[in-house]
Amino acid sequence: MGFFDKLKQGLQRTKQLLLTDVRDIFRSGEILDEAKLEQFEGRLIRTDMGVAASALIVGELRTKYLGRTLVLDELWGTVKETVRGLLKGTDGTEWNPEQPLSPLKFAANKPTVILVTGVNGTGKTTSIAKLAKLLTTSGLKVMLAAGDTFRAAAVEQLTMWSSRLGCEIVTKPSGTDPASVAFSGCEEALKSGVDVLIIDTAGRLHNQANLMKELEKIRRVIDKKIPGAPHECLLVIDATTGQNGLNQAQHFGEAAHCTGIVLAKLDGTAKGGVTVAIRQQMGIPVKYVGVGEQIDDLELFNPEQFVDALFDESK
Amino acid sequence: MFEGIANGLKSALSVLGRGGKLTESNIRDGLAQVRKALLEADVHYDVATSFIKRCTEQALGDAVMKSLRPDQQIIGIVHQQLVELMGPTDHSLHLRKDTLGKIMMCGLQGSGKTTTCGKLAKMLKEQGKKPMLVAADLQRPAAIEQLKIIGQQLGVPVYSEAPAGTTPLKVCANGLIAAQKAGVDVIIFDTAGRLHVDQDLMKELEQIDRKVQPDQILLVCDAMTGQDAVNSAKAFNEALELDGVILTKLDGDTRGGAAISVKEVTGVPIKFIGIGEQLDKLEPFHPDRMAGRILGMGDIVTLFEKAAEQMDEAEVLRQQEKMAAGKFTLEDFRDQMKMIRKMGSLKDLMKMIPGLGGLLASNPDVDADGDMGRIEAVINSMTPYERNHPDKIDRSRRHRIARGAGTDPADVNRILKDFHQMSGMAQKMSGLGAMDRMKAVRDLAQGGMSNPGGGLRMPKERSKRGPADERLAEEKRKKARKDAKKQKKRNR
Repeated sequence: MGFFDKLKQGLQRTKQLLLTDVRDIFRSGEILDEAKLEQFEGRLIRTDMGVAASALIVGELRTKYLGRTLVLDELWGTVKETVRGLLKGTDGTEWNPEQPLSPLKFAANKPTVILVTGVNGTGKTTSIAKLAKLLTTSGLKVMLAAGDTFRAAAVEQLTMWSSRLGCEIVTKPSGTDPASVAFSGCEEALKSGVDVLIIDTAGRLHNQANLMKELEKIRRVIDKKIPGAPHECLLVIDATTGQNGLNQAQHFGEAAHCTGIVLAKLDGTAKGGVTVAIRQQMGIPVKYVGVGEQIDDLELFNPEQFVDALFDESK
Repeated sequence: MFEGIANGLKSALSVLGRGGKLTESNIRDGLAQVRKALLEADVHYDVATSFIKRCTEQALGDAVMKSLRPDQQIIGIVHQQLVELMGPTDHSLHLRKDTLGKIMMCGLQGSGKTTTCGKLAKMLKEQGKKPMLVAADLQRPAAIEQLKIIGQQLGVPVYSEAPAGTTPLKVCANGLIAAQKAGVDVIIFDTAGRLHVDQDLMKELEQIDRKVQPDQILLVCDAMTGQDAVNSAKAFNEALELDGVILTKLDGDTRGGAAISVKEVTGVPIKFIGIGEQLDKLEPFHPDRMAGRILGMGDIVTLFEKAAEQMDEAEVLRQQEKMAAGKFTLEDFRDQMKMIRKMGSLKDLMKMIPGLGGLLASNPDVDADGDMGRIEAVINSMTPYERNHPDKIDRSRRHRIARGAGTDPADVNRILKDFHQMSGMAQKMSGLGAMDRMKAVRDLAQGGMSNPGGGLRMPKERSKRGPADERLAEEKRKKARKDAKKQKKRNR
């Protein structure tokens, strides 16, 4: 199953929700009025897009079509275009469907270091395993560093994944300073000449100042050992997350300089609409989406298809 | 933010100040602001809309129309309605006294089921029960190990089977038998996280439910969940008939609007909240506090509870007496500061005091915690004699103290000055009632935020040579003249 199908499957509910709305709210030939726009805004808010982004889309519709006779396709085109514009942003992030690794920035000299962060229970460890799989299938040598030394059995979880994937892993006993794990990870990666080092971190809430400082320290330590690293810092966000995702993106962005988002658990009914708001306000792009529990269920994010699947009317 | 809503309401109702009238339309405008705040707190769209409708109806009654502070009144209504929506509470697990009590946990992936199992087990153990955990999460790698480690930490038995060649259903059934044999009082089933749209896995839950017949089925829900909370809670409730909800990760800065949504669609009470990763961070749910949180109001009750937990009552009393007598020394000051710091970060504490949360947002640079640390360092660098006789600190002593604390002599001086002011204020305050004291604290915070060392609001000292920036001052005067002119025109 390709990205499109899986995403479609995941977004089926959303689509149905939005489609019935289209027929319910907007009918061709009617005149667009405020009540209809307000109804539509409600539906947008239900995708977790947030008040600001929804208002932007509705505002676009208002200036263009308010008081006019509705042409459904035209209106739909505007909605799609606006969301797509919001998601794509202006920083030139590339999502090339032919090359699943295209949004990642690779270092000129090996190894490329990827730091993975996020709040508790978003699926960091699972996303790391999926990402490692994606990288190994592209022919790259991957090493993992089990930086979550806090949660019970987190190291074991990553170790199990590494043995399933057949990649190297650097671990330290639970309770060790995660920065020291990151440091040995870098050392080992330099020694064994792997292409990519992925460093796991413990889940932390973004309002815990000490833990965010710890994250800054991890970053500093990595940069000291491998100048310029980490080259990518991915923030894992749960698709069910609401507006708090904005706070997460802001705080993690400040502490760890996040370069991209992995949107996990998109296979439920949640729409992950908060990423639209994050892109709009914080500028951090979604790079990958998690669409299932299997190891292959990490897909390259594709704004075109994301929007199309969201608003696809063919099915 | 409560401040946010309050400001929105104020601007919507500001016509009143200029002889306007409170009308239906500006009440509606005000409540639209509340609605926006609710949506930003992740309350589900439909729930928020119907909620605002109810509030509007109540607000349109004449009580508000005649009230002196309509904005406060409206917020009061909103708060009260929120509390009603999330209540009534029921913190009991309704476990049978004579036979084995059975609790089953369910929820989405990563909502915090396994950790919450541990917290529940700890709570039950402290109540004198003998709990047992069953690791029925065969899906996630190392989930069984996680539960085992938690069990070890708590000294609670954990029943588990090797994930190969068994099913969650079998594990639960065998766990039940093992529990009966072991003679424990309560058994807690930790099931794997699953999506509510996964038909097979939901069926599996139903099978477990039928097999073990739990007394309580608890849904574990991440407080950060957005609009989707409604969908998942509804699906779990339809499949299992939930008995309660545990809201986790409330130690984050999420406003937790999901609480409202979940309560509204399932109708089952929210029993507990998880407020930290450690196993003792499970608290009973209080709708009034949650309402305050969703609206961004301070949570003064929790603050008091926290204070009571950390502070030694006799010690506090002793210090209060000392304060009243004017014998408050730097040593006491330091001890007090230590007690406050034990309660957590000052920033978090301030958020709980109504009226201070917004102040914090407007002064993000204030590093109150850092300042406290510096003050402590300065006091630590003094000799006991100096701490008891701060007026004896002369230039030479000041320099020595500054060197010891790694600061400037000027800083030492400032701290001494602040302390002097504070002890005077403390003496005054000890004569006030609780309410006046609160007000004094608020005044203090509003005036003295930039020097958290203390000091009541002081008039700004003006330079005798006139303002440093002539041009700026001139512009300011110009603007004032212009504004006055405009005002005159308007009054005409």
